[in-house]
This record gives sequence, structure tokens and C-alpha cells, in this order.
Amino acid sequence: MAKLTFKTDNCKGCGLCVNACPKHLLRIAPDKINKKGHHPAEITDQEACIGCAFCATMCPDCIIKVER
Amino acid sequence: MVVFDKPHALIDVPLHYCPGCTHGIIHRLVAEVIDELGIEGRTIGIAPVGCSVMAYNYFNCDMIEAAHGRAPAVATGVKRADPENHVVFTYQGDGDLASIGMAETVHAAARNENITIIFINNAIYGMTGGQMAPTSLPGQVTQTSPYGRDPKVCGYPIKVCEMLSELEGPEYLERVTVNNVKNVKNAKRAIKKAFQNQIDGKGFSLVEVLSACPTNWGMTPEKALQWIDDKMIPYYPLGVYKDRSAEKEDK
Repeated sequence: MAKLTFKTDNCKGCGLCVNACPKHLLRIAPDKINKKGHHPAEITDQEACIGCAFCATMCPDCIIKVER
Repeated sequence: MVVFDKPHALIDVPLHYCPGCTHGIIHRLVAEVIDELGIEGRTIGIAPVGCSVMAYNYFNCDMIEAAHGRAPAVATGVKRADPENHVVFTYQGDGDLASIGMAETVHAAARNENITIIFINNAIYGMTGGQMAPTSLPGQVTQTSPYGRDPKVCGYPIKVCEMLSELEGPEYLERVTVNNVKNVKNAKRAIKKAFQNQIDGKGFSLVEVLSACPTNWGMTPEKALQWIDDKMIPYYPLGVYKDRSAEKEDK
């Protein structure tokens, strides 16, 4: 099973990872705010993640760690 | 098993770039290439003036900050001081490389200086607030061209790769972009080749990366990546503009 770890406090909520996910599992959390004051990205269904690392490839801030 | 993590050559600090700015992706690609080639200890980066001026805070190698546009000249000096041991790269934006630093760029290319240049083309001056750059597209609205860039008044954009490819000097010129996963992988291949050329002593390698500036283009990050596809790539076609070693193999 794939596992995503987010460094939430470095996220700027740009949403590039959300658009890159082929399974549409990511979203910008509407109810959370990080240290920088942005809504951070989060994964909605960890079980369904295939670990393709497309999100991490598109992340400009390198906050996503992908394990498989 | 870790499939993807921050490369060692990128220091673990938050980047100062705007949300959705693709500078971060290109920083990471350069760092990944430095990791993969195992050259972190002998790499010296030259930071430009512009948004990426603080690149020296992000790369885990020695960095020098050059005067505006003079990064290729500084890189020349650093490389010539110890050509065997140093791997020298410059990381420059379009206002730095294509405007004030054009003379340095053209002459470094003409001399086939053995350095690697990563050229970020986002068609605007990002750091100073979105003024028209030499690479702004005809009709593009910027702070200093509120009715769109008029080629009759402001001339036409400079296509750096096409222009340099006419010179005898340069070894390798390629234009790539980072607006989707496929293009990011391709950009990494090009950047790796540019570094490898230098290690092999082949000469001047420049990779132009079409980059997004959502803040100054006035778009969402998603739309900005789409704008690269719709507007920038038709004007700045992707591809290899010069690769002397490949030409030799063909002959």
C-alpha cells in the first residue's frame, strides 16, 4: 500500500498536486489552516493511493513524501 | 520503500516563491540531478538577480551571487579557476539572462565556455512586480503594457535558444517546460544531460525552461500551467535546438 506524508506547514495550497492525481484523491482542505495561513493539501482516501508520485512530481515546495 | 522524497541537494527550508510558482519544481530537478550524478561536494552554483536571487539559500552546495545578468561571466571565472574539479551551473531568469545579461550569455556561448545554464523563461519580470520582459509575448498584458505588448512599439520577444543555435560555439541547447508530469520528467532528462556535458568537458549547455508566474500573470496556478500550453509553447516551441555530440554521431 502506498503512503503519502505531507509537510503540511510548508504547503502553499497551490493545488498543482490536486490536478496531477490520476485517482482524484487529493484536495485542498477547506477546514484546515497551516502556519503560513494557507489551506493545505490533504489526501482523502489513503487506501486508494497507488503511489505513482505524480503529486510529488508537480509539488513546487517538495512537501510530499511517497512510500510504497 | 521511499519512492519520492526531497533531494539531499535541496536544503529543507520553505521556499519563498509564490504559491504555484514552478521555480520550486525546477529547483528540485536541479537538486535531483546533482544527487544522481554525485557531484554535490564539487558543485558551485551562481545565483542571479530576480525571483530566484535567494537560490543560494536553497541549494546544498556552494553558491555565489552574481551582479545582475553577470552570472555566466562569474561562472566562467569559477570554472576556469579549477576546470577539473568544479561543476559550475547558473540559474537565471529571463530578466537576468535575456535582458541585462544578454551580452554575457551570448559571449559565454560563443566561447563554448564549459558551464551549465538553467534559464527560466516566464515571459515577465516576476520579482519587480510584473513588468514587460524581453520574452513577453506579443499582446501580453503586463504592468508596463496594460493594453498588451505592441510589437510596433516594443519589438518582438527574444527567442534565446533559436538565437544561440546560430552560433558555432554552444554544445547543447534545449527548451523544455514543467507544466505537467510528462514535461517535468523530460525537463529533468535535459537538465541531467546539461550537467553531464559539463562533466564530460563538452562545453556550453543551456536548458531553457518555460515556467509559470501565476501571481503576475493574474491567474490561478492551474490556469497558468494551461496558459503555457496554450500561449507560450506555440511561440516558444519545445525541443532540442543544438546538440553537437548528436550531430557528430549522425555523421
